[in-house]
Order: sequence, then structure tokens, then C-alpha cells
Amino acid sequence: MNMIVSAIGQGLLWALLGLGLYLTFRILNFADMTVEGTFPLGAAVAVTSITQGVSPILATLFAGVIGIIAGLITGLLYTKGKIPSLLAGILVMTAIYSINLRIMSKSNISLFGKANLFVNKFLSNLPKYFDSVFIGLLFIIIFTLFISFSLNTNFGQAFIATGDNPQMAKSLGIKTDRMIILGLMISNGLVGICGALIAQNNGYADINMGIGTIVIALASIIIGEVIFKNLTLNQRLVAVTLGSIIYRLLLLLVLQLGFNTNDLNLISAIVLAICMMLPQLEKKFNLKKVLLKGVRKHD
Amino acid sequence: MTNPVLELKEITTKVNQGTNRELTILKNISLKVNKGDYITIIGTNGSGKSTLFNVISGLMQVSVGKIYLNGKDITNLKEENRSKFLSRVFQDPKLGTAPRMTVAENLLLALKRGEKRNFLPRNLKNYFPQFIQLTKSMHNGLENRLNAPTEVLSGGQRQALSFLMAIIKKPDILLLDEHTAALDPKTSATLMNETDNQISRGHLTALMITHKLEDALKFGNYLLILNQGKIKFIFGKEEKKRLTVNELEKFLI
Repeated sequence: MNMIVSAIGQGLLWALLGLGLYLTFRILNFADMTVEGTFPLGAAVAVTSITQGVSPILATLFAGVIGIIAGLITGLLYTKGKIPSLLAGILVMTAIYSINLRIMSKSNISLFGKANLFVNKFLSNLPKYFDSVFIGLLFIIIFTLFISFSLNTNFGQAFIATGDNPQMAKSLGIKTDRMIILGLMISNGLVGICGALIAQNNGYADINMGIGTIVIALASIIIGEVIFKNLTLNQRLVAVTLGSIIYRLLLLLVLQLGFNTNDLNLISAIVLAICMMLPQLEKKFNLKKVLLKGVRKHD
Repeated sequence: MTNPVLELKEITTKVNQGTNRELTILKNISLKVNKGDYITIIGTNGSGKSTLFNVISGLMQVSVGKIYLNGKDITNLKEENRSKFLSRVFQDPKLGTAPRMTVAENLLLALKRGEKRNFLPRNLKNYFPQFIQLTKSMHNGLENRLNAPTEVLSGGQRQALSFLMAIIKKPDILLLDEHTAALDPKTSATLMNETDNQISRGHLTALMITHKLEDALKFGNYLLILNQGKIKFIFGKEEKKRLTVNELEKFLI
């Protein structure tokens, strides 16, 4: 039971990453590799700040701000520098690696014995692992509500139109470059905060903790979409969180089956690849019919 | 004397400038479009019809010359900023609408064409009575599909929506770029007639590129023939009446 609660807590904390990438990947149609850098950047900034005596809340906020700046740079490279989206993201991600080393001065910093968001009186009274469920829920609810409200404003609709048909958006007077930059900023801000939360939850920041984050984020988005089809926009935002939780439960299952933890990234990639191929597989092998046949009464 | 709505002054457009692939598309074009003018434009492929629209809408910069809108120099104004005054319907139904957004959402986006998009709730439902009335005017069932994403609409419905989006907020100038060319003959004729109705009812100023010579003669109060980047002829309404399709074909050669 404890393991399941822990997986749910992890799913909720990591959901912020999925939500951030949803804005760029699904709404703006922009595969933003920056997140692989922003995630450990958020972690590095938060942990270093806390070790320097900054309050955990402020340190988490710093992580968000620095993520926003990273997103801004990718956005400028793409819109003003005319560098292709994938490459712009990879450039910033690569640059951030060095910056992270500068911030942390070494490849790993522990938060042992320091204050963090998960260490307080209220949370310590909760049953084991419920601290991450509480903090995860708190953050994901706040940001899901914020994004949901924003997307349903006139501004948000222009943002969605930018991703859906940039040429049309421009012809309606929408400043598409500005929208893309802003989307990348908010997205990377969320990813930075997610990095800060995960680092505080784990008790350390590591230079390599960004590896594979884009796969985790995509898995949350795509598992949510594959399981809950035909959703409204608001429901889709919630489905990202559910997808993130299901992904963690899947990983738990895989580990329970005796797989090596070193293989986690390999397993994550395989899970994601299968999820992404499902629509094609469904078509090719007529999966639905085969599955239904299995549960129907025989003639 | 009032300014023309649109004035092109000695416009020349070149592509690949400064390279050995340099090509002049529009050559020294001057044109005045007055309020209420409805000009049909014909020309062979490569005559510069779409480039003319690209230049007017700001999608393409001019190499030489000036563009004035209501007397104001807009030559260097970006496409996004020109949208305040002009709207355009493309030939491809897919270009004019956001596929994953619903019909109503697309209409609301267009209703705010050229305006600053504020951070207030969009209140989409409040606009439904207006949208139902507007879409009904197209007589193709669009009013029953306001909540459907535009990607599931038929080509005719989608293009009708593109047209409505272009006129829902009255533009100073409306550009129709062969907007019925991708449709079957019946749907095309219906949309063309409805286009004509809306233009005369709304006293719109419009330029329409067409490949159909019958349409070029039937609609509009001026007919402009482009040839190799130059304006070859402009016919007024009375002259147009006397022209036949066969005669017009000869002008195109």
C-alpha cells in the first residue's frame, strides 16, 4: 500500500512536468527539448538556494523564474534567430548543463539536514508518503486551474490558435512569435518548479537528473490521451496528471516484476513508444475487434 | 476628396533578390481601390495574382513602391498589424481555420481580428445567437455544427466558415483568393452567390481572384486582367456587361 501511495505522490509531483510540456508539445506543436535542461536547472537552483539559507518556498520560486528565462532564450532563438525548434531546444539544454555545474560547483548537492518544502510540522503528522501527495496535489491543482482559466480567455484562445494554424492566427492579428515565446516561458517555468519539487522530495540535486525527463513528460501526456479519449481541453489537462500517476504505477509494476532500476529509462522509452504506436497498431491489427471478440459470447 | 481605401503606387516585387535566381513578379503596378469597389482579378498562372494579394496583406514585402490604406502608408506594416483593416480568404479551406478549435471558437477569434487579446474569460456562449444567425446565412448546415472542431467539417462548410470569419468583423478591404476553386461545382456556385450577397449587403470593398471567367464577368463592378506581373486591362461594369467569355479568353493570351 505504501508503495502505491508513494507512486501516486511521485505521479502528482511529476505531473507538473507533463503539464508544462503539454503547453508546448500539444498546444503549440513545439517539441521543446529545453525541458531536459530546465528540470535539473530548477533542481540545482532550488537546492543551492536552500543550502545558502534561502527559504524553500522562495527557492522553489527562483527555480520557476530561472525556468522562465530558459524558455525565453529558446523562444528567442526560434522566433527571432530562426533556428529550428528542436535545435533551439537542444542548444539551450546543452548550455544549461554547464550552467548547472556552475550553480552547484559539483555534480551533486545533498539537502541533508536542511529545510525543504517537505519538512514541516503539518506534513510530518501525515501518514508516510502522504507528504508528496499533499504537496503534489497542491501544486498541480493551482497550476491546472491557472492554465485552464488562461486558455479559456481571449488571450488563451489566441495562444491555442497559434499552435493550431499559425498562418491563420497571424492573419487575424495574433502576434504568433510573442505567443510562442510566452508559451515556452510558462512551460519551462513549470518544469523548473517541478525540478525544484522533485529535488526537495529526493533530498538532493544531481547534474544528470534531467536525462529522460522529456520521455516522462510525453508519457504522462500520451498515456492520458490513450486511456481517456475524446476529452475537452479542461479534461485533457487533468488527464495529464492522471497519465503521470498511471505512468508511475506502471513503473512500480515493472520494478515489482524484478526489472533492474538501471533499466528504468529503457523501460520508460519502451512504454512511451508502445503508447504512441497504439493508434497505428489498433488500425493495423484491428485490435479493438480482436479484443472485443475475446469478451463476446461465442456463436 | 476622400482617399481611396487602398492604393498601390508603382509596386515592384522581386524574389531571390541579389542572387542569380532573381525574379521580378510584379512590375510597376499602380492601382486605386475606392470604397465599395468589387474587383475581380483574372490572369494566367504566374501572372502575379497571388503575389499581389501577398503584398497587400503583408505576407510579402515590396521591393519598390508604396502601399496606402485609407491614405496611410502601410508599406512596412507587418501582416499582423494589417489585419486590423483587411481580411483574406485562401483557396485552401485548411488555411483559413484552426482545425482543432470549434466553429464557434474560430468565429470568436475572427470577431476579435486585429484587436488586443485580453486576459478576460471569452464567454463564448454569449455569442451563440449572433453566430447562429450568421452561419444560417450560408444555407449549408453550419449553424448546427458550432461546437464541432473545424477539421470534421466538409470542404464547403469549412470554406464557408473561412469566408464568414473574414467578414464577421467588417474589413476595410476583403481579399478573396480563388476561395471557391477547391470546391465541387455546386458547392462552389452556392458559396460564390452567397459571397456576392454578403458583399453587396455589407457594402464591402473586395478584390477577388478567380480562374472562372464566367464568375469574373458575372460578379463585381470592375474586372482586372494581370499578365506577366503587369495590369493589362481594367474593365468597368458597363464594359464588363458587353464582354463574353470567348472575348475574355483572347485578352488572357
